[in-house]
Amino acid sequence: MTLDLKVDGQSEERAEAFAQGLLGTALDRPDGVLKVTGAAVYAADDVPEGCAYGMLVRAPGFGAIEVGNADEVRAMPGVLAVIRDKRMVRNAAQGTANAAPVQGVDSADYVGQPVALVVAESFEAARHAAQALQLRTDGGPLPVNPGDVETEGEPDTTGDLDAAMAEAPHRLDVTYTTPSMTSAPMEPHAAVAWWEGDALTVRSALQMLKYNRNELADSLGIDPAKVRLLAPYVGGGFGSKLGIAAEAVAAAIAAQDLGRPVRVVQHRRQVFETVTRRSETRQRLRLAADRTGKLSGIGQEAWVSNLPGEVFQEPVTQATAFAYGAVHRVIGERLERLHRPAAGSVRAPGEAVGVTILECAMDELANDIGIDPVELRLRNIPDTDPEGGIPFSSHMLAEALKTGARRFGWSDRAPKPRARREGEWWIGTGMSAAFRVNVMMEAEARIALSPEGAVVETDMTDIGTGTYAILTQIAGEALGLPAEKVEVRLGDTTYPPGSGSGGSWGAATTGNAVWLAAQEIRAELARRMECGEGELTLKDGTATCGNRRVALADLLDGATLEGHGHIEAGDAFSKVRQSTFGAHFAEVAVNDVTGEVRVRRMSGTFAAGRILNEKTARSQCHGGLTWGIGMALTEGMVHDRRDGHIVNRDLAEYHMAVNADVPPLDVHFLEERDPWAGPLMSKGIGELGICGAAAAVLNAIHHACGVRVRDLPATPDRVLAGLEE
Amino acid sequence: MRPFDYVRAEDPVSASRAAAQANARFIGGGTNLLDLMKLEVMAPETLVDVSRLDFGGIAEDGDGLRIGATVTNSDVAADARVRRTWPVLSRALLSGASGQLRNKATTGGNLLQRTRCPYFYDTDTACNKRRPGSGCAAMGGETRNHAILGTSDQCIALYPGDMAVALRALDATIDVQRSEGAAERFSMQDFYRLPGETPDIETVLAPGDLITAVHLPAPKGDRQIYRKVRDRASYAFALVSVAAVVRMEGGRIAHAAIGFGGLGTVPWRDPDVDAVLVGEKPSAAVFDAAADTLLRGAVPEEGTQFKVPLARRVLRAVLEEATA
Repeated sequence: MTLDLKVDGQSEERAEAFAQGLLGTALDRPDGVLKVTGAAVYAADDVPEGCAYGMLVRAPGFGAIEVGNADEVRAMPGVLAVIRDKRMVRNAAQGTANAAPVQGVDSADYVGQPVALVVAESFEAARHAAQALQLRTDGGPLPVNPGDVETEGEPDTTGDLDAAMAEAPHRLDVTYTTPSMTSAPMEPHAAVAWWEGDALTVRSALQMLKYNRNELADSLGIDPAKVRLLAPYVGGGFGSKLGIAAEAVAAAIAAQDLGRPVRVVQHRRQVFETVTRRSETRQRLRLAADRTGKLSGIGQEAWVSNLPGEVFQEPVTQATAFAYGAVHRVIGERLERLHRPAAGSVRAPGEAVGVTILECAMDELANDIGIDPVELRLRNIPDTDPEGGIPFSSHMLAEALKTGARRFGWSDRAPKPRARREGEWWIGTGMSAAFRVNVMMEAEARIALSPEGAVVETDMTDIGTGTYAILTQIAGEALGLPAEKVEVRLGDTTYPPGSGSGGSWGAATTGNAVWLAAQEIRAELARRMECGEGELTLKDGTATCGNRRVALADLLDGATLEGHGHIEAGDAFSKVRQSTFGAHFAEVAVNDVTGEVRVRRMSGTFAAGRILNEKTARSQCHGGLTWGIGMALTEGMVHDRRDGHIVNRDLAEYHMAVNADVPPLDVHFLEERDPWAGPLMSKGIGELGICGAAAAVLNAIHHACGVRVRDLPATPDRVLAGLEE
Repeated sequence: MRPFDYVRAEDPVSASRAAAQANARFIGGGTNLLDLMKLEVMAPETLVDVSRLDFGGIAEDGDGLRIGATVTNSDVAADARVRRTWPVLSRALLSGASGQLRNKATTGGNLLQRTRCPYFYDTDTACNKRRPGSGCAAMGGETRNHAILGTSDQCIALYPGDMAVALRALDATIDVQRSEGAAERFSMQDFYRLPGETPDIETVLAPGDLITAVHLPAPKGDRQIYRKVRDRASYAFALVSVAAVVRMEGGRIAHAAIGFGGLGTVPWRDPDVDAVLVGEKPSAAVFDAAADTLLRGAVPEEGTQFKVPLARRVLRAVLEEATA
């Protein structure tokens, strides 16, 4: 039996009435000790007997690949094979692609494309042989720079923005740029592949196994039923492990060719090139407002890029569509086909850069009009979704803005920039609203309840987000079990297909599937207790109904009870607009001599429905704010203008925020239940924290020193250029 | 990484002998060499490990200080005598790398730290420093982290370190044991070589020449400042750094020794800059004149234009503080 739910409308609150008291608490990760003691086995951490080691080789240029010395390399000590197989993939598959990405090794579409795999008896021998392999390319220059090519697509237009701009007493027309960015998970992309007959097993670093299985099978030309994927522990993903990637396909091919297991780990420099980057963007923002700040027009046009053959286009403006009310609108993207490494989802695709720049523009407008930036947002909150006219499932922006402002002490702020100085440092504050679309996918989960406790199984992943913890809490709450009586098993395609981790949908989607599986078991327990389910109380392994209390072990009578849950999004995601909301506040110091910026404090207030685990949710938001600091101040891939290759492809030269860049972070959650978001009434929290966070920092820079940096990141040279004026 | 022979030296003399061959390298902390070997930017055939040799720790030497070649950056930075009398060195060390790297990196090895030019690191591109005569991919490419002083038409690679910048301002000398056994002492000025036509040759050291110690003379200035501007608060190379050792007498600058990082192809010091300052009363005009002198020969690329105003501003701020 399966309890199926298609979420078409509002759910009833049930968890409040449950007795275990586990849901929403700051439960420590059940997998935490394993991870910090090194006992958790990540993809590359263990290899089967007889394993060989592969190293990918990158194309040094464009066009047809010619190998100069394959025979010499094959003859090197320890080398087993030089593999160039047309099934190898050009770049990682896009999230939810469910089919192979572009394949082939005969020709390179971007500099850095993996076009060969060298396999040897040891990692060291493979790496050296890979470096010895001489590859030549004969391709001429291809377009690699924004502006070099015609664009695809046009923004959506409503009303007449040009006229609104002409008439408005206050108008803003500015262009910002954001650079390519990388996700840089701590665990590099890795795969260990082995075959048993025609059956393939791959342990890899992946976010969404049910799609990845099909992507890998399609890449290899085999039946997905013959593929088993394992990803019990994943050391961060941030979108870069959404799709099957070069190392997994290459490892499977090599293991097949050699008849023995093969491990392939991407070098950090390869991770920068072969998995998808966040596209660079150019964004033109136009805002037209009356004297009170009420918007009559809003324009956000974004130029983004991707390789030919990729369907992904950074959805820069997807939250702008519903963020603020305005009658006249030009909102959307244009795509340029550039031969830079492939672009794809990186934490909060769309909003991370789109909301950030929208919120910078809102700050500029508030400054021009002379009204408080918080007040400007409050005046433009729409009653219904401005695009479709449908209601919001819930709208918490006003509360987030007001609560956040209070927590931060915003009311003390000087209205004008350059008002506060401490020695060489200008001090200022800035804010931003946060928006992120809420998405539900489809997921299944299974629970087996035995006298020993509950075992939850789904091929869902925990990419550092806390899945093990929250699924423990959901099952424990519904079944009346303490955390230690719940075992969660993840990351194995032999389990029921979960939603995968991506788009902030993992917790709510797979969590609801677990919830449903537990409800099925509850119904059976109620039947055995001979009472209605509403009268059944489950707590600490006992069932209570009226004046009757029975231990679960007795109720089960030594047998195992199975529940199976299945959830999918229905009309609830089109009848109403579902979004999460928040507000960021930041205080920065800008050095008047050097242009260096230091963030002194930062506060984020967020609403995302029910918070399933107060601790892991908070960690997600800490990560989002930290990424926001990086986006504002330090991060950016540099593409060589001649061939588009990523120049700064290591962690010394690609500057993510380090501990010293991150001040104490204040994160606060607003109490909320969103009945449209499924039975748990919980919405995605994983990406909300980054959405707009950089804008709070950038706006604070302006408030501090009067410099508006419109080309991110705001490195010292860019701030200094403004200070010099 | 190319397979290599590994020799653990018994004493400095045998270490020198073992390394006196083409394509041999000493290894101390290995914090830079190992990275470069993994990428095969450097591919020595022999590594002579000197990390266990006793070159002496940190010892007083008259009114100066002798720092053995294998003393770690962390130990130098934490030494009470260094912190008291040569604080600019301690500050410079602590502004570089990370705690983990400083625990491994040695004094001798740090002097030989190589450039972070991304094209030097990328074996698929041309680099005259890595492969003499192959060209320079940095020119016309991404140049934000490159030098504006001491460049040539062969190479614009930046010297990236901090320690040597402070050592320049302190008039430190470097003790070298030549491969044939003779001891020789070099000034910082003489130790480093400008790229010119041979950017692959960075110092006076020949194969087998072993750094044994750094000598700090008694400081000629009691006002010591190290200021480093970088892209993030920690773990980033200098965009511009200034090491200043200054002494004031009767309201005038009696001694000025200014080292610069982030600007030159070698740890930079320009005696003309010091000369502009000495004997003068501190003033904005004098500081600007010093900056003019420093930057008179600057050759910025498109990506390094910003270093000209930045160097000027930082120098002025450091001199204001040092002469106040």
